Amino acid sequence: MGGLTTLSGFEYVAPTDLAAAATALRDAGGRACVLAGGTDILVQLREGMRAADLVIDVKKIPELLQLDYATDSGLCLGAATPCYQVNTTADVAEAYPALVDATRIIGGWQIQSRASVGGNLCNSSPAADSIPPLLVYQAVCHLAGPEGRRSIPVHEFCTAPGQNSLQPGELLATLTLPPQSASAGSAYQRFIPRNEMDIAVASAASWMELDDSGSTIQSARIALGAVAPTPVLAEEASQFLVGKAPTEENFAAAGALARQVASPIDDMRGTVEFRVHLAGVLTQRTLALAHRRIQES
Amino acid sequence: MAKKTHVTTTINGEETEFLCEPRQSLLEVLREGLDLTGSKEGCNNGNCGACTVMLNGLPVDSCLVLAVEAEGAEITTIEGIAQQGHLHPLQQCFLEGAALQCGICTPGFIVGAKALLDRNPNPTEEEIRFNLAGNLCRCTGYDKIVRSIQEAAERLQSAT
Ligand SMILES: Cc1cc2nc3c(=O)[nH]c(=O)nc-3n(C[C@H](O)[C@H](O)[C@H](O)COP(=O)(O)OP(=O)(O)OC[C@H]3O[C@@H](n4cnc5c(N)ncnc54)[C@H](O)[C@@H]3O)c2cc1C
Ligand code: FES
Ligand code: FES
Repeated sequence: MGGLTTLSGFEYVAPTDLAAAATALRDAGGRACVLAGGTDILVQLREGMRAADLVIDVKKIPELLQLDYATDSGLCLGAATPCYQVNTTADVAEAYPALVDATRIIGGWQIQSRASVGGNLCNSSPAADSIPPLLVYQAVCHLAGPEGRRSIPVHEFCTAPGQNSLQPGELLATLTLPPQSASAGSAYQRFIPRNEMDIAVASAASWMELDDSGSTIQSARIALGAVAPTPVLAEEASQFLVGKAPTEENFAAAGALARQVASPIDDMRGTVEFRVHLAGVLTQRTLALAHRRIQES
Repeated sequence: MAKKTHVTTTINGEETEFLCEPRQSLLEVLREGLDLTGSKEGCNNGNCGACTVMLNGLPVDSCLVLAVEAEGAEITTIEGIAQQGHLHPLQQCFLEGAALQCGICTPGFIVGAKALLDRNPNPTEEEIRFNLAGNLCRCTGYDKIVRSIQEAAERLQSAT
């Protein structure tokens, strides 16, 4: 064969039924892996970071390709629905701007045509761009396994770098995001050394809802990426904002509190000190942007 | 060796059948099985875009698609961009605008740019750069590529 680096051999199945996929996954006993857009898993298989005897393509299962949105019920997002489709669905982009801030920067267009939010979550990288937005929207993960179904809040999903609470044979079927009121706004930003196509050094998502007068924050949530073993909610910073005015001073104070949940590592992308600093700055900026978006809507 | 799978797909408008192993990427099968060597391998991990093809109308890195996933799909490769022996305006403008040097990145840029112009016939410079951020070029410095795409967009629009 020619010079292309190849994957080692495996069988491939593309079931159309979720229960069949879960059974196949369980029966293979750890020697199977799920294929959604393949932008993580095919790289990992090729580089030998993972091995598989069976690849289960879930893109033929209709439930996993859903993108159902209604203003009163919110979003039901199939685990394998590609980012490109999320980005180009206008009412979804309008209701969940922080999610789309993330899905628009996961790789370039070629990656977004394939990469799914579900795959981003199941790969469970501390730097995964879609997870902080899912945290601030309080998304719910709907799982399907050979024994049946269960649902867990997204903040219980990731457990360590690359690890999550999926049990053997269990798949992520859908994610649901609650409906958004007109007085809610959100934003996601990351810091990378270039504009596109890189992994976050640190990131933050912010969500807030104002009261009827628009002068007081009724509820707020802040989540950070790439500064801890999993993406994390900054609870204290979020609570601090409740009942306060949406001002730059309060956003800066929330940023300072958010820094306290950052327990990052030193690596080639950034030092501990720099990442902690970024956590504060990105919190402040995303709060300001979330607020601006409420005013503009 | 794993048993081969039979795949039926449409490539550049023609129904095509091939046998492949599940582990083979679409890029591998295009280049080595079907002799469609226009799609290039730069990185084989989704970073460079040299292997870009359209899969059901959307640009993808064919190094990150399994060939078995092409079952029932419509694929357009660089070989399908010129029509009836005539270069596509994008190809013509890349030549005239010196938008290539070694040429490894060119098929990926042309397919990606075609996907963009199919959806957005009059993109801004920023939209071109954003949508082609997944295509890397180590030779040209990108400016000539961007200008050639803008020129092609103008020609396509004045032709319709
Ligand atoms: C060039 C390039 C750039 C990238 N840039 C970014 C970036 O900027 N930000 C970022 O966050 N990521 C980035 N990534 C990583 C990757 O694209 C994302 O994590 C993507 O969202 C993964 O989705 P996928 O559908 O391709 O997942 P896959 O690769 O198909 O799957 C990912 C993992 O999840 C598992 N899985 C998938 N679906 C399910 C399911 N339904 N149930 C159970 N398990 C499942 C798979 O087995 C695998 O372990 C990049 C990757 C590349 C190659
Ligand atoms: S060869 Fe596919 S992206 Fe580089
Ligand atoms: S012309 Fe050489 S990489 Fe682009």
